[in-house]
Amino acid sequence: MTRRSWGWHLLMVLILLVLLYPVGWLVSASFKPAEEVLAGLSLLPSHPTGDNYTQVFAGVAGYSVWHYFANSLVISVGAVLGNVVSCSLAAYAFARLHFRGRGPMFGFMLSTIMLPQHVVLIPQYVIFQKLGMVNTFWPLVLPKFLATDAFFVFLMVQFIRALPGELDEAATIDGCGPVRTFRYVIAPLLRPALITTAIFTFIWTWNDFFSQLIYLNDPGRFTLPLALQIFVDQTSQSAFGPMFAMSVLALLPIGLFFFAFQRYLVEGVATSGLKG
Amino acid sequence: MTQAVLDRPVAPERAVPRRRRAGQGTGYLFLSPWLLGVLVLTIGPMIASLYLSFTDYDLFDAPRWVGLDNYATMFTRDDRFWHAAGVTARYVGLSVPLKLGLALAVAMLLNRARRGAGLYRSAFYAPSLLGASVSLALVWRAMFSTGGTADRVLAAFGLDTGGWVDQPQFALLAVIALAVWQFGAPMVIFLAGLKQIPKELYEAAELDGAGALRRFRSVTLPMLSPVLLFNLVLETIHAFQSFTGAFVVSSGRGGPSDSTLLYTLYLYQRGFTDFRMGFASAMAWVLLVVIGVLTALLFRGSRRWVFYAGESR
Repeated sequence: MTRRSWGWHLLMVLILLVLLYPVGWLVSASFKPAEEVLAGLSLLPSHPTGDNYTQVFAGVAGYSVWHYFANSLVISVGAVLGNVVSCSLAAYAFARLHFRGRGPMFGFMLSTIMLPQHVVLIPQYVIFQKLGMVNTFWPLVLPKFLATDAFFVFLMVQFIRALPGELDEAATIDGCGPVRTFRYVIAPLLRPALITTAIFTFIWTWNDFFSQLIYLNDPGRFTLPLALQIFVDQTSQSAFGPMFAMSVLALLPIGLFFFAFQRYLVEGVATSGLKG
Repeated sequence: MTQAVLDRPVAPERAVPRRRRAGQGTGYLFLSPWLLGVLVLTIGPMIASLYLSFTDYDLFDAPRWVGLDNYATMFTRDDRFWHAAGVTARYVGLSVPLKLGLALAVAMLLNRARRGAGLYRSAFYAPSLLGASVSLALVWRAMFSTGGTADRVLAAFGLDTGGWVDQPQFALLAVIALAVWQFGAPMVIFLAGLKQIPKELYEAAELDGAGALRRFRSVTLPMLSPVLLFNLVLETIHAFQSFTGAFVVSSGRGGPSDSTLLYTLYLYQRGFTDFRMGFASAMAWVLLVVIGVLTALLFRGSRRWVFYAGESR
């Protein structure tokens, strides 16, 4: 290696250390006894302990951490299913089918990407309240089945447009209607876009705080982020250890997804501008 | 197969309109989830929230029409509203440029392709995923509290600021730091843009005797300007809607002394703690208008500095 390349690597590693310090700090804090958590900069606990985790598994606000974990999981998996199915259907229509009003509707779909959710928040809340769905998982999952995440529709439209039109024509000549063309030709080829959508939907839903805060108010229905937040407000500084143990558990699936799919994630951001 | 097709006597001039008519129905069929969603969850609620913004509504009794009262209260009598707007302006004005600046700088460093660049790229992106979580907001709260890591590091440099999140003049900076830490997503987009710039441009510039700074100003920036605009618009819209970081750091109160009371946080308090849904709706519409106007201004202003390759001027 040349001298310049050494310097470059040194700089990169330095940036990396600063960036990942908070994450390392979190993991280390989760193994520290309560009185040590805030006491030092050291990333290594002087007396490592698993007590924090034992305490979290024993229960927070009357429920084991697995209970919140399961709630988060149900909502995230439901959201993934909804987005993958509904967004791909809409994208196929916008990209390949001809019908009246397609242009204006596509334009409107694009503009909803920029629409702040606060504008529709309160009437949506009223709707779900009238349907008796507040304090259930429905308000968090149902909208995903109605292709409300326009970003993913757009992502898939772009992807389908890049597929050669001859494929559809060949399928038509072979006697396939649009339904079977979608099922047997487009959907399989769309897989990379579907995977990107699935991963991002999972992570975003898992991390989501605002909608869950608004729609869920019974501790039995709480997701991990809500349980964490409530936990913080209910406890004093002495419970910092268990709080960080729970934080680590909440980040675990995101970390695993990141390691498993970082290629898809980074490519997805680079090509479509999906953020984080 | 071929035989069957040939056997059927279909007049080609009739087949086309019939197929197109069939396409109409299928088109709407495929679009039906989206159409339903747009009508019931977007357009309907938009109209409803505009109406609610002219009413007094507590979620339990029927909305009572009050005309422009909510807007008038907001603009003339509600100090916290203006305060929240100011906090948000400071938040957006500081976090977006810092984040984009850092993203561009690191992207340019990474673009000098060396071994391991892909690995660094992925690692730098990680905070963009983790940072949106309550977990990391809690870490921030602990690190920037009195006696926390940031406090100690700054003290070691002789800057005794005390815990940031407990002090009105510093608390927002901690929230901004959390946002800037997530520079990975715009960085990846910048990196993709940098890869598109033809190497010949740099070689030609170098032959003409352009130094590094001049090459950045005359080649990199113009060629990257569409990507820069894209990131700028998206991050600005994003920043205006920030919520989790400030909420968690201040336990939902926006404190200390309202110093982290972001606009969305105040909207949430008005709607879901005070049950003033009409007022909250009015706030949402003001937010929409501000974001809309700002986006339009960014696009309009960009005509002066965004350069699209292949477009003569």
